Amino acid sequence: MNARLKMILGRVAQAIPVIAGVVVISFLLTRALPGDPAAYFAGPAADEASIAEIREALGLDKPLIEQFFFYLGDLSRGDLGTALSTGQPVIADLAGRLPASLELTLFALTLSCAIAIPLGVLAATRPGTWIDHLFRVLVTAGVSMPTFFTGIVLIYVFYYLLGIAPSPLGRLDFLFLSPPHVTGFYLIDAAIDRDFETWLGALKQLILPAATLALFTLAPIARMTRAAMLQALSSDFIRTARAAGLGRRKVLYGYAFRNALLPVITTLGMVFSFTLGANVLVEKVFAWPGIGSYAVEALVVSDYAAVQGFVLAMALLFVLLNLIIDIAYALIDPRIGLN
Amino acid sequence: MTNTTAPDRPGRQKRDTTLGHIAYVLRENPVTLVAFAMLGFFLGSAIFGPSLVPFDPLATNAARALEPPSWDHWFGTDNLGRDVFSRVVVATRLDLTISVAAVALSFVTGSILGSVAGYWGGWIDAVLNRFLDTIMAFPLFVLAMGVVAALGNTIENIIYATAIINVPFYARVVRAEVNIRRNAGFAQAAKLAGNSDLRILAVHIFPNALPPMMVQVSLNLGWAILNAAGLSFIGLGVRPPTPEWGIMVAEGANFIVSGEWWLALFPGLWLMLAVFTFNLMGDGLRDIVDPRKRS
Amino acid sequence: MSQTSRRSFLKLTGGTLGAAMLPFLKAIPAQAAAGETLVVVSGQTINSLDLHRTGTNRASYQVAVNCYDRLVSFGTKPAPGGGLSYDYSVIEPELAESWTISDDGLIMTFKIKPDATFWDGRKVTAADVKWSFDRAVSVGGFPSVQMKAGGLLRPEQFEAVDDETFVIYLDRPSKLTLPDLAVPVPFIINAEVAKANVTEDDPWAMEYLHTTPAGSGAYKIARWDQGQQLVYERNDAWVGGPLPAYERVILREVPSPATRRALIEKGDVQMSFNIPNKDASELDGMADVDVYSTPIDNCINCLNPNFNFEPFQDANVRKALAYAIPYEAIFQTAAYGRGAPMWGGEAEITDTAWPRKSPYMTDMAKAKEHMAASGYATGFEVPLSISLGLADWMEPTALLLQESFAEIGIKAEIEKIPGANWRTAALVEKRLPLHLENFGGWLNTPDYYFFWAYKHGHLFNSSNYLNEEIEKLVDDTLHIPMDDPAYAPNVKRMFEIAFEDLPRIPLWQPALNVAMNGASGYEFWFHRQLDIRPLVPTSS
Repeated sequence: MNARLKMILGRVAQAIPVIAGVVVISFLLTRALPGDPAAYFAGPAADEASIAEIREALGLDKPLIEQFFFYLGDLSRGDLGTALSTGQPVIADLAGRLPASLELTLFALTLSCAIAIPLGVLAATRPGTWIDHLFRVLVTAGVSMPTFFTGIVLIYVFYYLLGIAPSPLGRLDFLFLSPPHVTGFYLIDAAIDRDFETWLGALKQLILPAATLALFTLAPIARMTRAAMLQALSSDFIRTARAAGLGRRKVLYGYAFRNALLPVITTLGMVFSFTLGANVLVEKVFAWPGIGSYAVEALVVSDYAAVQGFVLAMALLFVLLNLIIDIAYALIDPRIGLN
Repeated sequence: MTNTTAPDRPGRQKRDTTLGHIAYVLRENPVTLVAFAMLGFFLGSAIFGPSLVPFDPLATNAARALEPPSWDHWFGTDNLGRDVFSRVVVATRLDLTISVAAVALSFVTGSILGSVAGYWGGWIDAVLNRFLDTIMAFPLFVLAMGVVAALGNTIENIIYATAIINVPFYARVVRAEVNIRRNAGFAQAAKLAGNSDLRILAVHIFPNALPPMMVQVSLNLGWAILNAAGLSFIGLGVRPPTPEWGIMVAEGANFIVSGEWWLALFPGLWLMLAVFTFNLMGDGLRDIVDPRKRS
Repeated sequence: MSQTSRRSFLKLTGGTLGAAMLPFLKAIPAQAAAGETLVVVSGQTINSLDLHRTGTNRASYQVAVNCYDRLVSFGTKPAPGGGLSYDYSVIEPELAESWTISDDGLIMTFKIKPDATFWDGRKVTAADVKWSFDRAVSVGGFPSVQMKAGGLLRPEQFEAVDDETFVIYLDRPSKLTLPDLAVPVPFIINAEVAKANVTEDDPWAMEYLHTTPAGSGAYKIARWDQGQQLVYERNDAWVGGPLPAYERVILREVPSPATRRALIEKGDVQMSFNIPNKDASELDGMADVDVYSTPIDNCINCLNPNFNFEPFQDANVRKALAYAIPYEAIFQTAAYGRGAPMWGGEAEITDTAWPRKSPYMTDMAKAKEHMAASGYATGFEVPLSISLGLADWMEPTALLLQESFAEIGIKAEIEKIPGANWRTAALVEKRLPLHLENFGGWLNTPDYYFFWAYKHGHLFNSSNYLNEEIEKLVDDTLHIPMDDPAYAPNVKRMFEIAFEDLPRIPLWQPALNVAMNGASGYEFWFHRQLDIRPLVPTSS
């Protein structure tokens, strides 16, 4: 137990250079963005003098290295700065928007896994049959469409033509007010509040964007499951297990699936981070108030604090996720050490 | 990534040759056959398309703007009266170039980084891992956006941005596979037989990483196109008036509700078919390069 | 706005509806009963509730319009393209009951309505007006620049004589001062509330008013979810004008234009603000949807050749550009015929109407003649820059221009520039050799437009144009009244020079498009933001 704790602490220690790297790179990347935020925020009729005033107010007239140390100083106090585009502290913006993105992504990934993993296992046990081929064609079709395109088509069909989906207006229709804030996840908050109507309203709004994302994430998960299962099933230890007369079920789930989980989890981690970042397209289409759309808006206006805050938040999230995956690796695959 | 480096094992005469093996795989799997046929089609349109299309893909004709598909214009015309069919076909070359270049770049870089880290381990592994983790810790699409926004939206920069965000995927897969096998019996045997580390890595261990990597390659070729399309949707894509599927879908998407479905549908369909082809090829490639499938 | 009060908020609104409706049934036309809530969608996001704050974007100006009052406002008149428009020639009272201007035009005295109160019930006093004006001229940035346009520069210019008397002292008389008091910037803040929330670093309560407006206007903010929605609630004690019909207005931010179009077509929202030209032209034909397309006063979409770029210093090259532009095709494909053409006008200038058609039209033969006569007969290459944020009209325009210019030997490569960089590159650094531009002046006189767009070094003169005669003409004309004998000749002369020198080649006058489904009463305002006060439900 002590050794495991030590290993986890070691992993955490390894995360520190990553975070440092992210801080530096994101700082440099934002500074490399074209455009002058001071000119942008000075407004439509500002002259040179008022732009200079704003530049000074934003601290942008100082040398880069000095700006960086100011930024570090702020960071150490937990201050991510103020987003100029929304006029709010970045931390408040992120806190308000992250749950929206997480709720959407997690809901979509759960949906996706629930379909993809069984499909992948099914296909792997029947390689080369029509089931396998149909599986490939179906999941591949899903990942082959750009998400914003799928989103608009779904809106067009289910909202505009058929009228069965609610208006694509973000997390809740304007008839509802957001449930009292506990976790920021509307489904959970509404459930805590025992407000069934709002819960249903939130669920309805979630379905189309989540389906859009799920369609897109189906393929990597399903295909990795299938590929990993195939590889596991054709490996020597499965042959040995079969030869030893173990039951089909035991071989499939007890040995093959357990081994196949390794690449599947890697993929899942990647898909999660990818999806959370790529959400932006879906968020734009469905007017979803998540952090993806926030980042894009910030990037377009060169809003340094907001972009850095967003990147940092995502990086922390990712590092945490990675840690979990690493630990899961060690639990699943005895061959890999945590050294 | 030829399969000649795969360890040769005794087998039946017919499948011993590379071509024979490919033919076998294709016969075994009709979907792969279809995928390769579609790849042929796309390569054909990339090579010959520009000289075969009925209209100049850049020529506008305000008098015939937003016409639905007809005999003149198979895929209709866009808001400037340009022929959608010609644009879709001509765009093939650019889109394939972007995705293949980006994936090749990240495949090579990722393989080298991953192999080195996985085989030698130690501080190289630690440093490379931290570096990869740093890249991966970025929200990838936003990183790509940032790179393109900072460097400017040219085709090369779109390729670099796409390649950068894909490198860690390959590096991690290769590292994991190599790490597992570096002390395997066959590797140690090769070592005892006097092979150099580099040779063992390249000839004996690395090929084992190819099957899972092929799945990545096929997915990534598709993702690269989608990534470019996403950048276009945000407005960071290829410069107009260059035809590119992503831009055409992104711009056409706004016309769907007003009834001009052909603007987004046809480039969308082509884009989807191309991504589809790449993705389906994955399994076929995996079967072709998988050493175990040959015995 | 607090989360815990969600249920009580519902109850409260339910309660106030019942109780508050009774006294107002007399005031509101009977049709108001059809709907108490208006839902509006817009693609823009509101980033602050305080216009004076650094970084407040254009969409947020509507809060200043709907939640605050100014001393004066403009009247209204029927607008071309349907609905009503503000009337620049008529100044109407808003918080001021009356005003007088001294004979020399240097002292303006305003009497404040005695029954005007802030939302907290306190009486609006001249001291509040002074504090608000002091703030506008002191905070710097855009508000101060806009105040300056009306000759309002320093706090010493404003005096609160007594509770109901407010005086402005001017350095020189200007026709722009009174209209400048009717723009969104000089809005009147509840100074007591604001002062209670100042800090040492923040003497103008920027942080407080950013999220918590304190005014006397027609609507209060019931809720603001940044990036999602803004909920307005009517202030029933408003005295600035006739009481608005809607109890509550919800403004939803929906970035996707396709989604906005679907919503308004289906009637799920009553209004879609600032819709694309294409949607406007197509929705116009639908039975349920009313579309208002108002040409924007004092605004022209232009092609600007930069004088820093050598070939464009040649007058023949600029004229060749002007003759090579496929005006009609651009107007139809980029604007879908919305707005007003700005080409093919009379050669002789007989009046001061503005914006006006340039004497140029598409004539490739003439364009080629001018190119041949220029020092660049063999052509040249030039980047044609457009803004990513305005791609919906700039991109098709640029593509058509690119094609036409190729015919006269000018190879233009289209360069898309992201929003943040656009302002810097085009307006501040003025380094784009050839670009599209769409300046519009709030104060509706041609000399004001020339002041910003043709005077050297001024922000919107992105062509680096310098003409001594224009410099002098604008300075001489800017502040004199429009009935001054020198005014008309000066302005006509400006037009002549502008069309001869062509630092800005006019393409068309753009329109602001608004679609309504189930509501009416739309008024177009020069600030191009949504004024919800005059809107009424359509009787069904």
